[in-house]
Amino acid sequence: MNLEAIKSEIEANVPGCRLEMVDNPSPSGQHSLLLDAQHAAAVAVYLRDAADLRFDFCSNVTGIDWPGKELSQKVKVRKLVDGVEQEVDEVRTTTIPGSLEVVYHLYSVEKKHGPITLRLRTQDRDTGVHLPSLTPIWRSAELQEREIFDLFGVVFDGHPDLRRLLMWDDFQDHPMRRDYVDPDDYEYEPTAHDAVLQRANQHRSEEEGR
Amino acid sequence: MLSTKTGNQFELEPRISGVDESLKNELSKQGIFTTSLQELYNWGRTRSLWPLNFGLACCAIEMIATTMARYDLARFGAEVFRPSPRQADLMIVAGTVTKKMAPQVVRLYNQMPEPKYVISMGACAISGGPFKQGYNVLKGIDRYIPVDVYIPGCPPRPEALIDAFMELQKKIDAQPLTGTHRPRHLNADQPSEFVVPQFGQHDLEPTRNPAIWTPPLVQISQTGTDESGSN
Amino acid sequence: MSAAIHPAAPFHLEPMIEPGKEQLLEVSMGPQHPSTHGVFRMNVVLDGERVVRLKPVFGYLHRNHEKIAENETYLGSMPYTDRLDYMCPLTNNWAYALAVEQLAGIQVPERAEYLRVITGELTRLQNHACLIGFLLQDMGASGTPLMYAFRQREIILDLFEALTGARMMCNYMRFGGCRVDLPAGWLDQAKKVVADIPRFLDEYERLLVSNEILMDRTQDVGVLSHELAVSAGISGPMARASGVDYDIRKVDHYSIYDRFSFRVPLGSHGDVYDRFMVRVLEMRESVSILQQAMRDIPEGPIVDPKTKIRGFRPKPGEAYGRIEAPKGELGFYLVSDGSPNPYRYRVRPPSLVNLTVLEDLCLGRNVADIVVILGSIDIVMGEVDR
Repeated sequence: MNLEAIKSEIEANVPGCRLEMVDNPSPSGQHSLLLDAQHAAAVAVYLRDAADLRFDFCSNVTGIDWPGKELSQKVKVRKLVDGVEQEVDEVRTTTIPGSLEVVYHLYSVEKKHGPITLRLRTQDRDTGVHLPSLTPIWRSAELQEREIFDLFGVVFDGHPDLRRLLMWDDFQDHPMRRDYVDPDDYEYEPTAHDAVLQRANQHRSEEEGR
Repeated sequence: MLSTKTGNQFELEPRISGVDESLKNELSKQGIFTTSLQELYNWGRTRSLWPLNFGLACCAIEMIATTMARYDLARFGAEVFRPSPRQADLMIVAGTVTKKMAPQVVRLYNQMPEPKYVISMGACAISGGPFKQGYNVLKGIDRYIPVDVYIPGCPPRPEALIDAFMELQKKIDAQPLTGTHRPRHLNADQPSEFVVPQFGQHDLEPTRNPAIWTPPLVQISQTGTDESGSN
Repeated sequence: MSAAIHPAAPFHLEPMIEPGKEQLLEVSMGPQHPSTHGVFRMNVVLDGERVVRLKPVFGYLHRNHEKIAENETYLGSMPYTDRLDYMCPLTNNWAYALAVEQLAGIQVPERAEYLRVITGELTRLQNHACLIGFLLQDMGASGTPLMYAFRQREIILDLFEALTGARMMCNYMRFGGCRVDLPAGWLDQAKKVVADIPRFLDEYERLLVSNEILMDRTQDVGVLSHELAVSAGISGPMARASGVDYDIRKVDHYSIYDRFSFRVPLGSHGDVYDRFMVRVLEMRESVSILQQAMRDIPEGPIVDPKTKIRGFRPKPGEAYGRIEAPKGELGFYLVSDGSPNPYRYRVRPPSLVNLTVLEDLCLGRNVADIVVILGSIDIVMGEVDR
């Protein structure tokens, strides 16, 4: 089950697709293929139907949130300071945009091999969160993609029934994102510390001020 | 290990027969039994408490095990678990109450006819349990409905549920028919239906029922540090 | 894109209404219902007694397990895995331990593997017995098969309590082995229990397998085809009842299952009766595995002495580890960024994925059949909603 070989086979048979190998440094050795959103469905159909691959069992669909990062670098720049040109340290911040990632684990029931891991990434975390749905190809993605829509906010185009799965329909946030803030509902802790202690102090002053 | 709700100062009143003990014994030897209306009324209620078929999570499996052959709960009067709230006296909230489920729990409680009791089984129903950090977990069912007996444990053993059942029976036995401590179903001033929370955009609305539950204020030491040394 | 739609997965179904008979009733079954196996809700549209549409509603037991795990250490999530599929805590522990061992490259000593197999197969036994009991209770045999199943389950839970300290919620597996070794006399007691199980299974089968009412209500009900089962990601006894020859114990060769000879029962019709019979036969195979494992268990350490318990930080990377849990393929997907807490912790729940086809199986059937079909899928809401 050589991922390099599979990658070249897909590139040969699905014209125009752009694949990338994502290396997995852990001892599990499960490397993955990053697909581009435009050709993801075609690659998926090929993986499912090719005679030597026959990945007909989509086992797991996962969402991962990679929030954006700000990198600050100190750069030496020549600037005019008090009329004299000098080398001055300037801090330059570059923002790496975050993205939401969807990971598919595929197995083959016919050939009894696997797993092969596919990844899809959105452009960013605000408006560019559309990805093609692979539910028409593997029915098992139906409920799992709904869950990723509910908890992460990825919109799957082509999904037959995209609604929230686990939270109620009026709920507004996407709770599994890393920047989700829990609602404040008076959590009681007998030996409170850190954040819970701060909130308890706040509640106490509110109750006493009432 | 078990505790009944200490919100109002409920004192277990001694049973009143109104008849002298030796006279009672004499009469009973002749086949005449004397009792008070309160004893008789409560005896009938406690020995036939029918629970509602209401298991939410893992504690439900221990509740089912309590009704099975080894820890038979039926011998205490819980002969049948009724599927309909209209026919049940007791709601054993067994398992985590999530915010999505909370309105249904309160609606079911409202649909039960008086007299009705609630046993809060397991850490999750008492205060959210191991999942209290969760955004979807209600931190204790006593935020919306009044609870009579709490059973700690995760999950509590079937013997603990039987103990709680007996504790509830003792509590009901001691309820007087008249007076200020009379139970809710004989007291027209006390409500028996409670407000059902609605789904808001980020949380339930209201987050708690202020008439039933007020958040216990944390004991904050004078110096403002806790045992872990962090401030 | 339409060419890519799998022909056996028609999810844009036309409602089956005969013209002129449009008396549709929408009913919400659940979340509090005697037969929904926990807090599960189905919005059913009925034409008289026949099901026209069925949309399940999930989330009534969504306890944020995955979010909590991001704030806990790897070992701190182990007690939470007990509460996923709360009928089978030990296999949940095993799946999680396996995933972490794949992530960090930890080896498990021999004795620990045997202990895992013994506790795992005992769990499978009591899960299948209780499931059959619940299925029959939903069918109206109010209590008797369930009483028999729970009697046997209590005996097995006694063994678990003696070994791990808790009846349920055992929290027994660790990364690299098991938490505690067998107490004196446990193995002899377990051998006696396992020697007695075939008699219980004979009694159970005699009571149920040729029962006329059971056969009438379950044969040709809820037929799941082979193609739909594979496409919808169905795993476990439900898939094998449809003829899908896929048992992760045989395919992945995880743990030491290669040393035991056991058969994998397959069904041919894919109906509720086949799912019921596959589980009955799997219980017999579990007994066979248990007897072999308890005969061959070696002495030795139960956890790899070199594993780090305090300050366990696996290297950055990811791993997907899965086992054949009693309900199907239970998998854990872990993404590590080198810190003591996982970056992403995902549970692949067999019950949720098996529910994908609920509407397909129930369409055109009666309301009473919904109950039977749901019972045969074997769901536990702790796992569906996490």
